[in-house]
Amino acid sequence: MSATVNVSGSIRRRLLLQLMGSAALLAALLFLAVLGFVRNVAEESHDRILLASATSILESVSVQSGEITADIPYAALSMLGNVSDDRVFYQIATPAGVLTGYADLPVAGPPVQPGQPLFQTARYKAESIRSVTLFRRLSVEGAPVAVQVSVAQTRSGQAALLAQLSWSALYLGVGFFVLASGLAFWSTQSSITPLRSLTEAISRRGPKDLRPVSRPVPSEMSPLVSSLNSFISRLQTSLARSEDFIAEAAHRVRTPLATVRAQAEVTLMRIENENKRTSLREMIRAIDESSRAAGQLLDHAMVSFRTDSLELEDVNLTELARDLAERLQPVAELKDMSLHFEGQETIRLPGDGILLQNAVRNILDNAIKYSGRDSEVWIRAVCRGGCACIEIEDQAGGFKCEDTEALTRRFVRGANARNTTGSGLGLTIAREVAEAHGGKLIIENSQTGTGACVTLCFPLH
Amino acid sequence: MRFLLVEDNESLANAIQARLRLDGHAVDHAPDAGTACAFSDTTDYDLILLDIMLPDGDGRSFLKNHRDNRKETPVIVLTARSEVSDRVGMLDLGADDYLTKPFDFSELEARCRAVLRRRGGGSSNLRRFANLLFDPMAGTLSSGGKTISLRNRELRLLEVFLNAPDRIFSKSKLVDRLFSYDEEVSENAIEVYVARLRKHLAGSGAEITTVRGLGYRLSLE
Amino acid sequence: MRNALLSLALTFLTLATLAAAGFEVEERHWIGPQDGTPLRIISTTDTAILAPLIESFLQKHPGTAVDYTVANSSEVMKAVLKGEEQFDVALSSAMDLQTKLANDGFTRPHQSAFTALIPDWGKWRDHVFAFSLEPASVVVSAAGFRGRDIPRTRQDLIALMRAEPERFLGKVGTYDVALSGLGYLFATQDARTSETYWRLMEVTGSLEPVLYCCSASMIEDIAVGEILIAYNVLGSYARARQDLKDKIIVIDPEDYTHLMMRSAVLLSGGGQPDLAQRFVDHLAYAAWSQPPGAEYPFHPPSAEFIGAANSKRLIQLGPGLLVYQDAEKRRRFMAEWFNAIRKQ
Repeated sequence: MSATVNVSGSIRRRLLLQLMGSAALLAALLFLAVLGFVRNVAEESHDRILLASATSILESVSVQSGEITADIPYAALSMLGNVSDDRVFYQIATPAGVLTGYADLPVAGPPVQPGQPLFQTARYKAESIRSVTLFRRLSVEGAPVAVQVSVAQTRSGQAALLAQLSWSALYLGVGFFVLASGLAFWSTQSSITPLRSLTEAISRRGPKDLRPVSRPVPSEMSPLVSSLNSFISRLQTSLARSEDFIAEAAHRVRTPLATVRAQAEVTLMRIENENKRTSLREMIRAIDESSRAAGQLLDHAMVSFRTDSLELEDVNLTELARDLAERLQPVAELKDMSLHFEGQETIRLPGDGILLQNAVRNILDNAIKYSGRDSEVWIRAVCRGGCACIEIEDQAGGFKCEDTEALTRRFVRGANARNTTGSGLGLTIAREVAEAHGGKLIIENSQTGTGACVTLCFPLH
Repeated sequence: MRFLLVEDNESLANAIQARLRLDGHAVDHAPDAGTACAFSDTTDYDLILLDIMLPDGDGRSFLKNHRDNRKETPVIVLTARSEVSDRVGMLDLGADDYLTKPFDFSELEARCRAVLRRRGGGSSNLRRFANLLFDPMAGTLSSGGKTISLRNRELRLLEVFLNAPDRIFSKSKLVDRLFSYDEEVSENAIEVYVARLRKHLAGSGAEITTVRGLGYRLSLE
Repeated sequence: MRNALLSLALTFLTLATLAAAGFEVEERHWIGPQDGTPLRIISTTDTAILAPLIESFLQKHPGTAVDYTVANSSEVMKAVLKGEEQFDVALSSAMDLQTKLANDGFTRPHQSAFTALIPDWGKWRDHVFAFSLEPASVVVSAAGFRGRDIPRTRQDLIALMRAEPERFLGKVGTYDVALSGLGYLFATQDARTSETYWRLMEVTGSLEPVLYCCSASMIEDIAVGEILIAYNVLGSYARARQDLKDKIIVIDPEDYTHLMMRSAVLLSGGGQPDLAQRFVDHLAYAAWSQPPGAEYPFHPPSAEFIGAANSKRLIQLGPGLLVYQDAEKRRRFMAEWFNAIRKQ
């Protein structure tokens, strides 16, 4: 009954991927933003220290006895050492030339205004440096002289710090992503929960449970559920209709056949002409054959219908076999045959009682039909090797080197069936019922060799 | 025996009636459930043959009604539907047996006999001929203080003869009554059963005589 | 091979070849096999002191030799700056000069499991590696102070010299900051630390002090009674002179005692960078492993020196040391110092 479903993607996976993709994007943005911010802050704080250093040096520049001199405070440079182990360069210059420090330090022109620092990044002594330049006017013997102070520091410490902060930013980003992914997983899970519980509720149903779905569902699922409900109701109608159709078809076919048969029998009893009687017999036989064929076709349709949606209930197999034996006793007696039931223990198994009865009935019908007068048929309900078995043995000669498997195919009849009415569906029905119950149909010659032994086996769990 | 046939199909009903009467049974025909109720209220029947599909209501309701009113008459349901779906319901509703259309009248008779035997009824149907006392339900034949059980075909052969004493039955006709139509039987098989029956009838004042070229008949000695 | 190493001879090279270098060389030795690959070291440390360490290095690296040049710290700086002769390693007690070399790009960085032994305060930028911790001490003559109170602080010294100026006239010695880089480092650190220093220098200046180039000479002069007080002498040198134990008294002033770190830098112009790294590793291991190697010539650098409650003050490696290397600053400091010390 399990039909393959054309699966294309998964809502959960798609949702999860989308959420995780968004999380990854946000994490990347977060990483870049933090990195940018950190870089800014690091640069700014570095600039601030450089500025403090330059300012303190500039303040130490003074005019003594008409000459500009500088007394660099110890702290001016040592403060730079507190931040990082970076190389420090400085320069104090006047328009007349470099007063002290690194003469070749690349310094931009004088800043626009006194007190306005000019920051720049340059290369010096094979390293990238960050420098600040400040200037101040001093009066030397009445003439203003612009004193310019530059302080520079290499940036490897800053780079190391930035690298470290980048890692932190990366961890932050990754942490954010992991957390967001966890939440995405959780929210995906919870958002498909209604779908899953609906699925569970529906798949838990028995095959005959065609009630509409009444459990509350989220609004997004209501169109699906209402379509499902309408589909269920159509299915219900259609099933009822096909059951009715089978019944009606049977009725329509069998009633006129019954009329014709009865009439034919009445006529046969009344007339004496042997030729006409022979024709009438042929007619009755044809009617029997077609009615039996129709019956088995309809039975087979019904069996297929029921096995498709097998509904299991507790079946007493012994009782079932006993009932059938009792019911077919008159038919057997008509042929002066003996029908024996054997079965002591009560064998129970989960199954469809009607189907099981039909299967046994078909085998039993065959046995009675092919048996001659004064012969015997046994029906046994036994437990054997972990299987519940119903065994029907006759004395009708058995199968002669035939492919016993082929007998259970549709419309195949045994070699000894030529003179007997039947459609050949009986064993097919029996086999299908057995297989629907996880069992099998075994066809073999009986141990005495005088007949056939057909066994329905159902594994017991 | 007295049958009530509840069957809406007129021609089928006629055919069944004709066939049953040939066997010497009395048959009343009710075309619908209402008539059937009326009949069964006024007359005692040995058996009711009930078609399950009736125009004025499902035969099931008649059956249920019949059983609810604690009527004892056994009911054999005639169904044209698929056995698989109907059978269990029939028996649950209180039908004594069921038969799918079309059916063999020998089988119908056999089933009726089985039902009546189960019910313990039908003793009123004892038949007498010469010194013979024949109980078709029990399938016993008594004469001169001893009772024997007849096998099915012997019983039916005796029934055929008892239904029309002194009438000549050809071998062919007897074959039709004793064997089903799908059995290939030679007419000589009849001789075996006639011989067995003659043995049972010995000393009862009744005998089966051979009418050369025509067949057999039952007559008083 | 081992015998050959043990029988190492200190080979004096002629001073004539040294003069051509453009800086003043005190001594120069070739240690190890004559045909060995030479590791060129320029150092302020006397050969005799480091010889055991060098020998153990050579034992570990057969086929190498050490070309060991001794100069005072200013000359070491000059030698590196001029670059006429390439050296692989510079060892110096003048931390400010080593720092300046590193800052101005004359050195190369190095990192290894051995440099990791050095505490953070003993390294700068993985360029400067300290391998000793030595106090700037006061050494006095044992004979001159027999029966008298030993000065414990700079205040004691000032009071002592003021009380008996005639006794100490011409009997006080200290580094000539113009000649000795280490002397300049001690002087500038003193000046930075306390105003007492200038008062001490002024008092000293009034006593016609003797100025020295090196600790060794000061210790010798104390021992023979030439001078009574030597200020800012390397305590490690003084204490190492077991032969003078009874003639000198080494005092670590209780108000504060500066701790200098002797350090090594790898010079970027050197021809044997790998060997130079291994030598620095060898030094670092000898100095900083616990306990230090048997051949380690100095008092083991100990963490107890560094305690905050201690009077010992570690001279911090770092850009601050560059301040007194500023030409303008140096000019001003020298002027002030000589102004104080040459009153008369």
